[in-house]
Amino acid sequence: MSHPTDSLTGRRWKRPPFIASPLLRWGLAVGAAIYLAVAFGTMEVNWSRVADGLPRAQRFLASFFPPDFTSRAEDIFDGILESLWMTVISTVVGIAISIPVGLGAARNLAPRPVYLFSRAVLAVSRTFPEIILALFAVKLFGFGPFAGFLALSIGTIGFYGKLLAEDIEDMDPVQAEAVKATGSSWFQWLNYAVQPQVMPRMIGLGMYRFDINFRESAVVGIVGGGGIGATLLTSFDRYEFDSSAAILLIIIGIVMVVEYSSGYIRRWVQ
Amino acid sequence: MLRLDTLVKQYKTGDLALKGIDLEIPDGQVMALIGPSGAGKSTLIRCVNRLVEPTSGKVSLNDMELTTLSQGRLRKARRRMGMIFQEYALVERLTVMENVLSGRLGYVSFWRSYFRKFPQSDIDEAFRLLARVGLDHMADKRADELSGGQRQRVGICRALIQDPELLLVDEPTASLDPKTSRQIMRLIRELCAERKLSAIINIHDVLLAQMFAERIVGLQLGEIVYDGPPDGLTPDVLTQIYGEEDWEATIETVDEEELEDDLVGEETAAGSD
Repeated sequence: MSHPTDSLTGRRWKRPPFIASPLLRWGLAVGAAIYLAVAFGTMEVNWSRVADGLPRAQRFLASFFPPDFTSRAEDIFDGILESLWMTVISTVVGIAISIPVGLGAARNLAPRPVYLFSRAVLAVSRTFPEIILALFAVKLFGFGPFAGFLALSIGTIGFYGKLLAEDIEDMDPVQAEAVKATGSSWFQWLNYAVQPQVMPRMIGLGMYRFDINFRESAVVGIVGGGGIGATLLTSFDRYEFDSSAAILLIIIGIVMVVEYSSGYIRRWVQ
Repeated sequence: MLRLDTLVKQYKTGDLALKGIDLEIPDGQVMALIGPSGAGKSTLIRCVNRLVEPTSGKVSLNDMELTTLSQGRLRKARRRMGMIFQEYALVERLTVMENVLSGRLGYVSFWRSYFRKFPQSDIDEAFRLLARVGLDHMADKRADELSGGQRQRVGICRALIQDPELLLVDEPTASLDPKTSRQIMRLIRELCAERKLSAIINIHDVLLAQMFAERIVGLQLGEIVYDGPPDGLTPDVLTQIYGEEDWEATIETVDEEELEDDLVGEETAAGSD
């Protein structure tokens, strides 16, 4: 297969660069390198204090062992139970509220004003981390699991609503069009065209959010939101680090159980 | 009868997809709409059931004007127009039966459809249609487990269970192999004959259009450039629709003999895939 135009042989080819302008390309690379060097230079490390801290860390960690599950067993058990029901209801309530918000925040579903409003709700609830939400809730409603529940629910709305909206925006429009063409009502269309497309991923994300909420329930407890976090804080305050270790191990254990079962459930719903 | 009156569609981008289409399709007529990509074929059939809103002009089905209907009335009107899609457009995670029954959504209440409690008459009809296309044993399979030809048959059942007066068919064979394409086209034509349906079939394949439609309309850049019988598609006409190309081979193959062969084969082909 020899080509008649021999002028084409020996023509060079290189993959075109991602940024076309060489000046911009090298400028960005050099700029990033300088910034990184300066940033490292700015962080002060006092090596003598690090050296002092290391044996302290050793003693501190040693005091965690052996973990003591028994002497505070009742407190730990109550804390775990409180955290679990906080997690369950905040996940359920959060997801329930995030469904309408998520539908409103999907560009291909909602009219423009609804879209903007829903996106604003999501942005606000995503701005604050759970611990800040919990601080507010504790100030407003006092110490206890209700504050924690409120913080986790609001966090769930921001997380789940945004991901639901994005999943709906990514759905196959042809399947949706086909159901619309049958003369279905809007809710029937949601149920037959949208829901089947987003459901498996949303179940997986629901499990993931349950997992996050359980871990966060320990954090919000520390600022007064009830649950196992409160128990953990108390044990720290009493220097009962062996009980703290037991609590941390239980949290790790429960997170692992949720992790494995969510993987299993996700495979099952696919 | 479906009538289009100076139908115009201009997209937001400024593209004029349809430039004042006038068209009449009598009851029971199977019409093929051919033309190059971007000629406005898809836009035209989507303007009929208003999946795409026409910019101006009128569409009327049996003297009911569709273009001015409110959303609620439009839903009712859509029940009378079954639609069949290029990539089948089945809801992949629903079962075959749910996909077929979704054709009845315009007739049942939300809660009935939500709990999948369709009237027995609908379920009977769904099984009848599935049996007609040879898929009644697949009712509980998920749609994404089926082959292309099988999916398109389910798509046809979904359109027919609406009990429509008109079929809007958008490139039904574009994702299918040549044999399955012929089977699907034959099935659509037979069903139209059985139920006295009229149909607009968008199709790329000129040969299939000639074999299975009684009337051909050629669309080019949003305008009708040919409207007539299948055997009127001469090389000159095809050049006018699609542009310069050697058309002799396309036309030669559609001689009478081959058409006869195909019609004889239909009994055996309809059930298998």
